[in-house]
Amino acid sequence: MVGKTESQNGAVKATAAPAMNLESDLFSNFSFKSFKLKTKQQELLLRVSILGLVYILAFITRLFSVLRYESMIHEFDPYFNYRTTLFLTEKGFYEFWNWFDSESWYPLGRIIGGTLYPGLMVTAAFIYWTLRFLRFAVHIREVCVLTAPFFASNTTVVAYFFGKEIWDSGAGLVAAAFIAICPGYISRSVAGSYDNEGVAIFALLLTFYLFVKAVNTGSLAWALASAFGYFYMVSAWGGYVFIINLIPLYVLVLLITGRYSMRLYVAYNCMYVLGMLLAMQIRFVGFQHVQSGEHMAAMGVFFLMQVFYFLDWVKYMLSDTKLFQAFLRITVTSAVAVGALALGVGTASGYISPWTGRFYSLLDPTYAKDNIPIIASVSEHQPTAWSSFMFDFHILLFLFPAGLYFCFKKLSDATIFIVMYGLTSMYFAGVMVRLILVATPAVCLISAIAVSATIKNLTSLLRTKSKTAVAGSSKGTGGSKASSKASFDQSQPFQKNGAIALLLGAFYLLSKYATHCTWVTSEAYSSPSIVLAARGAHGNRVIFDDYREAYFWLRQNTPPDAKVMSWWDYGYQITAMGNRTVIVDNNTWNNTHIATVGRAMSSYEDEAYEIMRSLDVDYVLVVFGGVTGYSSDDINKFLWMVRIGGGVFPVIKEPDYLVNGDYRVDKGAAPKMLNCLMYKLSYYRFGELVTEYGKPPGYDRARGVEIGNKDIKLEHLEEAFTTSNWIVRIYKVKPPNNRW
Amino acid sequence: MAKLLLYLTLATSLIPLFSVAFSPENPTDRRVLVLVDDFAIKSSHSLYFGSLTSRGFQLEFKLADDPNIGLQRYGQYLYDALVLFCPSVERFGGSIDVASIVDFVDSGHDLIVAADSNASDLIREVATECGVDFDEDPAAMVIDHINYAVSNFDGDHTLIASDDFIKADAPVLFQGIGHSLNPANSLVLKVLSASSSAYSANPKSKLSNPPSLTGSAISLVSVVQARNNARILITGSLSMFSNRFFRSGVQKAGSSIKHEKSGNEQFLTEISKWVFHERGHLKAVNVRHHKVGESDEPAIYRINDDLEYSVEIYEWSGTSWEPYVSDDVQVQFYMMSPYVLKTLSTDQKGHYSAEFKVPDVYGVFQFKVEYQRLGYTSLSLSKQIPVRPYRHNEYERFLPAAYPYYGSAFSMMAGFFIFTIVHLYSK
Repeated sequence: MVGKTESQNGAVKATAAPAMNLESDLFSNFSFKSFKLKTKQQELLLRVSILGLVYILAFITRLFSVLRYESMIHEFDPYFNYRTTLFLTEKGFYEFWNWFDSESWYPLGRIIGGTLYPGLMVTAAFIYWTLRFLRFAVHIREVCVLTAPFFASNTTVVAYFFGKEIWDSGAGLVAAAFIAICPGYISRSVAGSYDNEGVAIFALLLTFYLFVKAVNTGSLAWALASAFGYFYMVSAWGGYVFIINLIPLYVLVLLITGRYSMRLYVAYNCMYVLGMLLAMQIRFVGFQHVQSGEHMAAMGVFFLMQVFYFLDWVKYMLSDTKLFQAFLRITVTSAVAVGALALGVGTASGYISPWTGRFYSLLDPTYAKDNIPIIASVSEHQPTAWSSFMFDFHILLFLFPAGLYFCFKKLSDATIFIVMYGLTSMYFAGVMVRLILVATPAVCLISAIAVSATIKNLTSLLRTKSKTAVAGSSKGTGGSKASSKASFDQSQPFQKNGAIALLLGAFYLLSKYATHCTWVTSEAYSSPSIVLAARGAHGNRVIFDDYREAYFWLRQNTPPDAKVMSWWDYGYQITAMGNRTVIVDNNTWNNTHIATVGRAMSSYEDEAYEIMRSLDVDYVLVVFGGVTGYSSDDINKFLWMVRIGGGVFPVIKEPDYLVNGDYRVDKGAAPKMLNCLMYKLSYYRFGELVTEYGKPPGYDRARGVEIGNKDIKLEHLEEAFTTSNWIVRIYKVKPPNNRW
Repeated sequence: MAKLLLYLTLATSLIPLFSVAFSPENPTDRRVLVLVDDFAIKSSHSLYFGSLTSRGFQLEFKLADDPNIGLQRYGQYLYDALVLFCPSVERFGGSIDVASIVDFVDSGHDLIVAADSNASDLIREVATECGVDFDEDPAAMVIDHINYAVSNFDGDHTLIASDDFIKADAPVLFQGIGHSLNPANSLVLKVLSASSSAYSANPKSKLSNPPSLTGSAISLVSVVQARNNARILITGSLSMFSNRFFRSGVQKAGSSIKHEKSGNEQFLTEISKWVFHERGHLKAVNVRHHKVGESDEPAIYRINDDLEYSVEIYEWSGTSWEPYVSDDVQVQFYMMSPYVLKTLSTDQKGHYSAEFKVPDVYGVFQFKVEYQRLGYTSLSLSKQIPVRPYRHNEYERFLPAAYPYYGSAFSMMAGFFIFTIVHLYSK
């Protein structure tokens, strides 16, 4: 049966193929000379139009959320970015640069200008000002919402050029198409996801492309351009550390494999020195770039490069190889010794700061879990599950090794770079979920090489076969290829059919990839997470807009200088949408302050009251999903509050909240759990509520249990506001008793 | 537009309403509701009431179980102070109950509670809300076999002559139930306490158990100044306000001095002046701060700024605001803990000021004045002000220590320039 369809297919193709060959013959025989220019033009036209379509596709595929909800900022961090951008456009750059924000981290405040990467805000403000200058009366929010898709489109162009640089223009086109719809990238760049990563991936890829270009050409101009690309990356995202470690590693690998060249010397030195000087202009980076442990590799490689150059020169001067060998040994030993000594002294004296916790947790995935609960508590810092690799990469996951094979087969400076980029970023993607994003461009490029090379081989197989039949030896791209083809001549029909089947398979896979990507984008990555959607009983869509309801309530009904205490997740949103002062927010720079809030949430009410009084807290905000079944609420995050609080204040002990290691909220829960502030605030008056038909009152739908403490009395707090679906509950802290 | 006008007229018409009760301009109470068990008290305690009316109070006498009494109407309090001379009332008439009395106090009004032996549960409950517990034995009275007042009609030593208070001209006569202070309450104070030989028991019956309240733990008269400066007076003796006690002479047992007149009148007049805010009422106005040499209040300070903080404090003399003079008013520059604590200097005319340097720490600070002195209303002022670090262009531009580096940078530039020229054109 199978054989039959195959042979039939083969027959059909066999009839089609001569027609095609006839056409190409026409080209080659009749008017080859006169059409040559024309084909090139056609190719250019084709390439530009494909690229143009990819550019548009990358933009529009990210607009699901705008169509489905509205033009709004998503999630948590983007609200901070939006708020700062608003400030930048209203007050100007210098005010922004020197902004001391007294509305967050009360009472410590935060020097915003010195603790953020301003690239994103400046980019959006620049787009905004440009549009204003061109008399487009846009609102800054629209600009912010569409910044990420716009930069995703630009990334496709960079991916094209990068692909062209490391392989050929076909691979570039495929890479552009892949990256335009790859879910791993879309997850951080849908419309409304106004976060650093949206711009940073563009900058990252641009820097890499320009650097590879500089290495390939040895041109100062490209190296300079890559230094500026690096500067933009540093200004946009903390992930620049990846660049400043990957590039030295790459250089080191080239040195070790004996691929040292003047081109490399020029490219790296120019890029490092200028990039460093530029990066130090960003206040948040500053002297870290020459002092912190994460940047030391780049500096070491820089010095090593000079040693190499010096050795090269000595080798050129010395004719005696034996003498040179001795000299080499002494020089290398002393250079390494001096470097190690400098590093040791610098670290011991505190001049070189040690690696940060995040960096450690990248190299040792278990580090954060044991030592820094605040890093481990962030969901996007969790180790990646296999399913999310499949979800985010789909067929690219299988094409990636194939691409690596092609890269190794045709090893060059550029392919070594992309291989190293791919392998390191894949490792990091395995350590942290969010770093899938960094791996995505590499995976797309390498897979594109695989797809492009395979399809090219297959199509050329289809074509050259008939050509060899007709002309014996066409002008053929490579003589060796033609000769290898000739040896396969006897199995031609099988090969032809196989090639066609493989081609069809490839198209099937690629179309599957496209549908998968679109489906993922529309289903998983286009929800703003500030507005929740669920399916109702009749299949209709139910929208829970409780967050905004609560924040607008805060904005309208509380005094302007009111201080709101909540878990840090909601800090940015409260300041941006509620316009109220918060105690802690998503910029988790002060662990003690967060631990204080964690301690307050996990203490008994009267102890918590003392803490809240000392922080001048006026309102407490908790997120509660027991009514709607919304599972990422504060009760589910509560153990992290206990851990983080207990990390600083040992009076808080995690076992007090667990029963035999189980975390539960029902009747069997630990007594401390049933009476701590978070439990009380979440479940206050919940015992009276019937949430689900046929269940007792006080049935928590998020955890599927009946709660253990239904009779909750609040002494020092009073309920101020609960949203319509109970997702956000706000309590007012009472003043101290008047007569006591 | 019409709506706006309506709001405006409403707002303007409400202003006088607000200013009637306990206005900062005139803190003294004006309208006093006196609840009595029996109108006979009006005449038997007329000296005390007379002293109040002569000081300008409008007293309104009502029976405690009058069904028409109420403390507020349409959300407005009708009285500035409440006097409960009804120790035996079991249930108030009208809308008054314990909760409404507590609300009355919590919204800044004053209260005098006089109980007696056989005080009702209701009165006990009011007292408990104010941090005072009367002896649980309803028939108990304070008995003192040593410091009793010599009299010809009292044989069981329940008439106590107490001089345990400041500046006693003559002992104060007290006859009634004793109370103790709730240790959890930090605001209640003993004004007149029993002597160490006193105890609380039923004088009619034999003492079978040791008395629960003894010695100077027994308070005879207590006051509370709530956090909102409402003042409460609680006493276990209604008769100490009576004309009989006011007029009677007093001779303490074991003492040969016989005072012509008891200290009750002076004591109760002065203490009701305090309770009704004729004394010891402070106000702070014109809280200002600015940089030294400027006069406008900035929205934010910079670290190491020199600033000046000033406040004016006045004391109510009963008729007018007089400058308050003291040398112990302190200001804190506070962020979780005081970074600066400085005593304000005064010009003797009520103006207090201090100059200090903002600490080298940025954050959201507060100017705090926490002035709590016995007998005075507590002043707690706090004003929030952020302190920012230096701007990028506020640092020193050229550091002397860095001259070698400037020198090396410029010499490098010059050297490079020369080198380029030599390299390019020396052939």
